[in-house]
Amino acid sequence: MSTVVTAEIRAESPPAGVMAIGKMGIWWFLASEIMVFGGLIGSYVLYRLASAGAWSEMAHHVSTGIGATNTLVLLTSSLTMVLAHAAIEDEKRGRATLYLGLTVLGGLLFLGFKAIEYTTEISNGFTPLAGTFWSFYFTMTGLHGLHVLAGIIWIFALFLMAARGTLWPHTQQRVEYAGLYWHFVDIVWIFLFPLLYLSY
Amino acid sequence: MAVDPHTHAGPHLSFWRRYIFSTDHKVIGKQYLFLSLFMALVGGLLAYMMRWQLAWPETAIPGAGWIPEPTAFDGVIPPEFYNALVTMHGTIMVFFVAMPLLLGGLGNFLIPLMVGASDMAFPRLNMMSFWTFFTASMVLLASFFVPGGAAAAGWTGYPPLSADPTYTGVDWGITLWLLALALEFASFLMGGINFLTTAISMRAPGLSMMRLPLMVWMQMSAAVVFMLSVGPLIAGAVLLLLDRTAGTSFFVATRGGDPLLWQHLFWFFGHPEVYVILLPGLGAILEVLPVFSRKPVFGYRPIVYAAIAASVLSFIVWAHHMFVSGMNFKLVMPFSITTILISVPFTLIVLAMIATIWRGALRFTTPMLFALGTLGVFIVGGLTGIFLGSAPADIFLHDTAFVVAHFHYTLFSAVIFGGFAGIYYWFPKMFGRLMNELLGKIHFAFTFIGFNLVFGPMFLLGIGGQMRRIYNPMQYDFLKPQQPLNEFITIAAIILLLGQLPFIINFFWSMFRGNLAGRNPWQANTLEWAAPSPPPHGNFETPPRVYHSPYGYSQPGTSEDWLPQYQPLEKSTA
Repeated sequence: MSTVVTAEIRAESPPAGVMAIGKMGIWWFLASEIMVFGGLIGSYVLYRLASAGAWSEMAHHVSTGIGATNTLVLLTSSLTMVLAHAAIEDEKRGRATLYLGLTVLGGLLFLGFKAIEYTTEISNGFTPLAGTFWSFYFTMTGLHGLHVLAGIIWIFALFLMAARGTLWPHTQQRVEYAGLYWHFVDIVWIFLFPLLYLSY
Repeated sequence: MAVDPHTHAGPHLSFWRRYIFSTDHKVIGKQYLFLSLFMALVGGLLAYMMRWQLAWPETAIPGAGWIPEPTAFDGVIPPEFYNALVTMHGTIMVFFVAMPLLLGGLGNFLIPLMVGASDMAFPRLNMMSFWTFFTASMVLLASFFVPGGAAAAGWTGYPPLSADPTYTGVDWGITLWLLALALEFASFLMGGINFLTTAISMRAPGLSMMRLPLMVWMQMSAAVVFMLSVGPLIAGAVLLLLDRTAGTSFFVATRGGDPLLWQHLFWFFGHPEVYVILLPGLGAILEVLPVFSRKPVFGYRPIVYAAIAASVLSFIVWAHHMFVSGMNFKLVMPFSITTILISVPFTLIVLAMIATIWRGALRFTTPMLFALGTLGVFIVGGLTGIFLGSAPADIFLHDTAFVVAHFHYTLFSAVIFGGFAGIYYWFPKMFGRLMNELLGKIHFAFTFIGFNLVFGPMFLLGIGGQMRRIYNPMQYDFLKPQQPLNEFITIAAIILLLGQLPFIINFFWSMFRGNLAGRNPWQANTLEWAAPSPPPHGNFETPPRVYHSPYGYSQPGTSEDWLPQYQPLEKSTA
């Protein structure tokens, strides 16, 4: 949405005690996203319980080390996102720009590690068709990866706006909205990591 | 170029910005309305072809020779194409008629007006939502013309039929079907975000949640139910798409998958979807009934709580669709109980409706007739639902014409009767002109009588054992005695379809030639009637203020029998 639109909407202040519309929109969006990943995770857990032995053999071949490193990377990028939001609140533009940039870097690092993982697994013969575990593994991490990519693009746009100084004075709350989304992507990973990497 | 949707800049916009890529919720609502009515025509014609085949199997259908390759036939439907008809009729009617008509059309048009806002919370998202839906419709229609024809695995898309082309002969059709549904879900997710945010955060001063018109409450409940139930099906659709295109085996039993998982994911959404359609349909008639009874809605708060209770319960009923699927039988009893339990809130709503018209000063206008029709038809639908919710009866009746009759009695009542009540009622607000009452009443008579003649006998067919999706009932000796009933139903269906002609004529004629409506032709109380008809871009000339509940009809101490929400009570009577 353009600046004009958002500014106009803000003029129409919500009734007392009601959330700003952008924030409420994001929350409803995340609520529906939870159900998408919930469906996938629920299906995975049910299949897993039904076929323990064969699956844990397959699950042995994931790279727990890279998975753990990626968890740290993603958690750190959530921290820098919070710091970016705090800097915005304090109107410290330089720091906000820095932290937004660091968050983007964190996301890129995550995808980089993911790419290394995928290549080693596929070159070892563990393709998405190598068994139902691998089908789930690639579907779940793939969908999560797409969400990370979307977040990177979103936050990179905010980074550019912050660097040019166009994020102020009317649209800085977008950092908070992007932050909510980014934490959501992070939380999904917090579920995927133990399910896919630690449960053999 | 940035166009500000929140100003009264309408007349200065180009044609494209005003009518095609508009960010005005009213234009988008009308776009949804037109497209859904067009799709209803397509779905109706598919039903006509199905019914012809069932009544006079393997004879040429009058007027069907134009259908092109690869489904070409000399008017006689081949069995594979019959499967496609069944599938596409269901898909189109549920996802491409019911939802865009009741939510996309009425919801979009009404929510901002009813809460006194100048537009939706996210006007551009709203525009994107419609065009995503438009794309979905085109993808779905295109699937008729790809090699192998349209999807033919039933509207529920059960694997392995949907996962493997060898069973149905359909390859591309099902992939496009999945793509169309994915686009549709994305579109209605955008819509749901908009509906909820607008109704919660953009209310006019004085409009507390408990002063919202019931239509808004019903639209909100439907949006919540949709947004929280569709996720697992999106996940399932991704898995099925991978099964079809990448060769995974989530649902293919021969390769280690489980087709039952699809059924769980599908019905976890599929059953709440019933309430996504039903609640706004009931919402529309809850607006119509008090206006034409000149009485307040009976039990406003209980209705709101019932809608919320039904929304919550809708998430724990899905497995009643799977009583005979081979699912763990320990689940049967709990799901029977929750399924029958959900009739409690709806009974409450229906009783409140009856109490609303009780001893009212009824005005039998066309919208009122359709609202009363909804009530009558929905009661039959609800009562027959109890049969299907209880496992012992369901095991006998499962996948028979009884089920078809039952869900048409519930959904037809919400979509067609409720939808028409809404269209006739809000038409003056949408186009500034009244619809013709005589044509409207003829339309109602044909629809109501035709509908009951079509679906009433289907209960008998189902009890007699006719299965739901068979191609030719004459193949079975035990069904042959019922064939006259099948012929009767088909003739009634043709009457029902022809009965829609007065509506089409009325709709387009009245849009340009009908009597001017004025601001508030029905003397109704809700906020949308405070705006001019049709409302300009930005809706209200002055931002409205709300002083009381929307249903103050025939109140003691007022000089008129109506008391608009936007008018303060006179000092003398206060």
